[in-house]
Amino acid sequence: MGAETMKDERRVISIIVMNESSVLARVTALFAGRGYNIESLTVAPIPNSEMSHITIETKGNAKVMEQITKQLHKLIPVYKVIEHEEMVEKEMVLVKFPIAENLSDIAALCKAYNGGIVNVGKEMIIAQVADEPMRIQHFIEAAQRYNPCEIVRSGVVAIER
Amino acid sequence: MQMSGAQMVCEAIIAEGVKTVFGYPGGAIMHVYDEIYKQNGFEHILNRHEQAAVHAADGYARATGEVGVAMVTSGPGFTNAVTGLATAYMDSIPLVVISGQVPLSLIGTDGFQEIDAVGISRPCTKHNFLVRTIEELPRILKEAFYIARSGRPGPVLVDVPKDITVAVGNFIYPETVNIPTYKPTYKGNKKQIEKAVEAIKKAKKPLIYVGGGAVLSNASDLVRELAEKTQIPAVETLMARGVMGAKNPLLLGMLGMHGNYASNMAMSETDLIIALGARFDDRVTGKLSEFARYADIIHVDIDPANIAKLVDVDYPIVGDVYDVLENMIPLLENVNTDRYQAWREILKRYDTLHPQSYVDSDDVLKPQWVIERVGELVGENAIITSDVGQHQMWAAQHYPFDRPRQWINSGGLGTMGFGFPAALGAKRAFPEKTVINVTGDGSILMNMQELVTAAEYKIPVINLILNNHFLGMVRQWQTFFYEKRYSQTDLTFQPNWKALAEACGGIGYDVATKKEFDAALKDAIEQDKVCFMNIAINRFENVLPMVPAGGALFNMMLPQSEEK
Repeated sequence: MGAETMKDERRVISIIVMNESSVLARVTALFAGRGYNIESLTVAPIPNSEMSHITIETKGNAKVMEQITKQLHKLIPVYKVIEHEEMVEKEMVLVKFPIAENLSDIAALCKAYNGGIVNVGKEMIIAQVADEPMRIQHFIEAAQRYNPCEIVRSGVVAIER
Repeated sequence: MQMSGAQMVCEAIIAEGVKTVFGYPGGAIMHVYDEIYKQNGFEHILNRHEQAAVHAADGYARATGEVGVAMVTSGPGFTNAVTGLATAYMDSIPLVVISGQVPLSLIGTDGFQEIDAVGISRPCTKHNFLVRTIEELPRILKEAFYIARSGRPGPVLVDVPKDITVAVGNFIYPETVNIPTYKPTYKGNKKQIEKAVEAIKKAKKPLIYVGGGAVLSNASDLVRELAEKTQIPAVETLMARGVMGAKNPLLLGMLGMHGNYASNMAMSETDLIIALGARFDDRVTGKLSEFARYADIIHVDIDPANIAKLVDVDYPIVGDVYDVLENMIPLLENVNTDRYQAWREILKRYDTLHPQSYVDSDDVLKPQWVIERVGELVGENAIITSDVGQHQMWAAQHYPFDRPRQWINSGGLGTMGFGFPAALGAKRAFPEKTVINVTGDGSILMNMQELVTAAEYKIPVINLILNNHFLGMVRQWQTFFYEKRYSQTDLTFQPNWKALAEACGGIGYDVATKKEFDAALKDAIEQDKVCFMNIAINRFENVLPMVPAGGALFNMMLPQSEEK
């Protein structure tokens, strides 16, 4: 195997599983037990089916990725594993800012990243942005100047094009 | 039919044709034991420890090829069973283990004898279930047996809360299983098989590398046919002993850390590995970067995850060894067997140069002699189980295994204490066979309570304790790699083996000479009683050849008399 394929790469995989108890534990225990990375993880039921969709953002070289895929397949409730190649991926972030900050600046920043202010309280406002993971990263960096007091990222969801 | 969950468990076991269940009762599983009392569809053996119960079911499964069943209670009953599950998991042995659990309403409350059984067993079972409703119990039981025996076999745990065993529901045992997410591949891809055949025809130094998968898929006859038809030499892993048959001229021997010279050299020099149900374990490959450097690899395995896990594979074939060989062998009809003649001769020279050997003695019993002697005296008729350590390797190296399932040992997990209970399971399955557990003075103590089980149920297995007053394998490593600092391996303090066996209803022998051994073994076979045979062997005997851990397969430490 060449050096190229042995390089660690960020990958997003979708795992379609039976929506039954402890299935998520099986998946995460496999990652932990075999020493694979989980960078982010999302899970939710697939509408009108008995399945759930788990999206995992991970890191590994080609050989590790192949093993991850195969080992996941071995889990009895796993129906399908998709190693995304051509995908649309999105992530959401919620950020809480002190109300003392410049709200119109924050609103403009959010807008630039397809988001907006979704909640205004007595002392805090909450902004929401949904975009590609890289853009979410940029948004979070840009938001730093407005003294965010809490940042919650959703983890990646992806769908193959 | 309306019945309780406890009855359903028994009915499912009967429907699956299981004749013997090994287990140990306790609070959470009591309703099931109450039903066991009332039925006569299967017998129950009360082992004296849950670990032994699972090993016994495992030995039963390995000897028969059928699913072994063990039953334990919740909490400590289950945790004691974990080593048994892990042992079966590593060697892909089909088991269904039923464990009691606290009632559903108590789960999560740290109730008495509550432990998260599905959580703990997740990494050491093929699959596990926590039953949540009486309605799903029949389906789960059916699926458990199906999953255990199909595809790459493995142990399945069914954790049954106590209130489910009491609850009454309608029992219809499903005839078929449909798990949309689980469809093992048996038939190999035709094109891949054709490509592999072409590679075999073009190879100059091909080598058949047989693993435990060949035993599990009952493919021994086909593996022999493949070798015979092509005249390609073969090596066996520890788990595959018996597949080729000891008398087979094409069998070079066992490969790996304690493989023989010819086998390891064959693997190092081959230009085409034909791997059949083998998984390139580290004890087989030695240093991976030096492993089989000149070889292309055909890898037949039912588990896709085994393929290209450790080595890159040129001809991957996902499928059952039996099914794949059934399709592959006819395509090799016109193979030119002369093509491999030079290769066979090289290997023959290797074997002549350094045969599997040892220096015998008249002063002290050599363990290798004992194993060979057992082979001469009982040979084909015996089933040999073993514990883990030097004795296991000597048995694997020196016993003339003629058929698969004749050799039963814990290869993957390396579980000391496995051999005796596994022997009980094998003997229960084949009462007409002589069943011998080759063990050591370390291993045997790890499940010696089974003397009582064996005596009570009259399961006459013979325990050959190759006694060197050491934890021999660790001692051997300490000799070679730790400058003879024998840390915690000296077992000079010993029980009175004969008295110990007798105290539990068995018989004991103390043996120190060849003559005594012959007499003792003959007597033990005639006695039809469980026995401990305490065999004093040469204290510092080493298992050789040996590839030091992490070393290249071709760098073997050889028996001293041969180092010229």
